[in-house]
Amino acid sequence: MPVNREIVKHIAKLSKLSLTDFEEEKFTLELNKILEYMEKLNSIKTDNIETMSYPVDGFNVFREDEIVNSIDREAALKNAPQRTDEFFKVPKIL
Amino acid sequence: MNKYEPVIGLEVHAQLLTETKAFCGCSNKFGDQPNTNVCPICLGHPGSLPKINKKMVEFAVMMGLATNCKINFKSSFARKNYFYPDLPKGWQTSQFDEPICSNGFLEITADNNLRTIRINRIHMEEDAGKLIHDETGFSLVDLNRCGTPLIEIVSEPDLQSPHEAFQYLSKLKQILLYLNISDCNMEEGSLRCDANVSVRLTGDKSLGVKTELKNMNSFKNVEKAIQKEIERQIDIIEEGGKIIQQTLLWDADKEEIKIMRTKEEAHDYRYFPEPDLLPVIIDDVWKNELMSKMPELPDVRRKKFSNLYKLPEYDCEILTSTKELADYFESAAKHSDDFKSISNWVMVEVLKFINENNLSVNQFRLSPINLGKLINLINDKTISNKIAKDIFAELIERNIDPLIIIKEKGLTQINDSKFIEEIIDRVIKSNQEQVKQYLAGKDKVLGFFVGQIMKESKGKANPQSVNELLINKLSLMKN
Ligand SMILES: [Zn+2]
Repeated sequence: MPVNREIVKHIAKLSKLSLTDFEEEKFTLELNKILEYMEKLNSIKTDNIETMSYPVDGFNVFREDEIVNSIDREAALKNAPQRTDEFFKVPKIL
Repeated sequence: MNKYEPVIGLEVHAQLLTETKAFCGCSNKFGDQPNTNVCPICLGHPGSLPKINKKMVEFAVMMGLATNCKINFKSSFARKNYFYPDLPKGWQTSQFDEPICSNGFLEITADNNLRTIRINRIHMEEDAGKLIHDETGFSLVDLNRCGTPLIEIVSEPDLQSPHEAFQYLSKLKQILLYLNISDCNMEEGSLRCDANVSVRLTGDKSLGVKTELKNMNSFKNVEKAIQKEIERQIDIIEEGGKIIQQTLLWDADKEEIKIMRTKEEAHDYRYFPEPDLLPVIIDDVWKNELMSKMPELPDVRRKKFSNLYKLPEYDCEILTSTKELADYFESAAKHSDDFKSISNWVMVEVLKFINENNLSVNQFRLSPINLGKLINLINDKTISNKIAKDIFAELIERNIDPLIIIKEKGLTQINDSKFIEEIIDRVIKSNQEQVKQYLAGKDKVLGFFVGQIMKESKGKANPQSVNELLINKLSLMKN
């Protein structure tokens, strides 16, 4: 079992999720099942094959340093759960 | 020798002076209305695709070349994951295992020692937005800064004192300004510095446990905060305690160090390759093209000033402190070959005016040509040094050929010794009391006579001739 309950708790914390005891137990089992399934990939021989980080080939895809119109503030703030006239509003962060 | 020695490494972030952000076409301007320079890419809207700003890459390469780094043929971007409202995507686009530059070094001078400080790496990344904390129990988010291109310059732990850290930071700033790729304004946050600090028994080879100091918003504060942290660590060790790995915040108002978080709470960034951005390849052609665009850097220029203009080390240091000042000097040097005089005028009068009026060199109105002409007029004895200084403010104001002002005011220096002698005779005649004092051995009254004579001539008499003729006349009276 590569994933234990401590790891699940840690991931939950990083994801800002609060889990019940039952959920912790449940996700430990489920995550292990998923990882075991993915383990199958390790049976494939990958010696001499370069790591692939990108789905497409290519490099140096750039844009020139020229301003393209931004969107209006109203459009930017429209989907925010909380806002003022000018800002996004979030719970107090220290 | 001190019982303990500090080991210091710096991580320096510099905002780049591009027109647009790192991965979108929003303006990179500081100080605009909140949330007006934003778009779906820098707001982290689902489905938006980033695109690399070519200028950011070029600026990073230039900084690498200027700090003797290896420019890596291939570099790539990675996601640094963390959850904070100033970063709407939930990750910072950065570089991880394949930075754009590595293994460089900088030479600094601290306490008369030439020291080589190794640079581990320079990588590109984006800045986060700005949080404003109001009284209502909420935080307000402005995402104008989110996505601003940064380079992070990471030194090896080669710095051995707070002063060396200060010198290293100053040198980085000087280079960034020479390259014109960052405005390096620490108060506005366009240059930021974190320090890793540990101490060990002097001569020890192994490193002590380090802490990370953040939030030092001026050069002076960097030096002060590191000093405080070294003292804090030594106190703990002396009392038998242990240093724990912590992130610390510098409180500039109270000049205190505060604990921000301990290692257990440290971030787990889960870096992985950024699949939306393809790698960057920098071949020799591109690298050489960028190298040819770079200006002469401070070290090279300083040596040139010493070799070509034969100036003392101190002058070279001051004159090449900024590119603008060095350019100003070199332009003036095309119009007068008395390089040492130009240097003196630039270092004293020009810098005084600039500092008193809070100007930059580029805002200084007097052209280098007219400064050169002024110096030539002193050297060919048309005017005295004193007159030159007297008219300097007006010369700056009008920025014209100094000869025009001199003619308007009739200030041409009097070198005619017969005329000067007449004045000397008059002054001696009407100050018999001082003559007696001089003859009795009180040499100091000489200054009084010179002052009177210069006043009589309205400052126009050649001071050197006045001195010589006066001493001659007085010594004749001795016998
Ligand atoms: Zn944008």
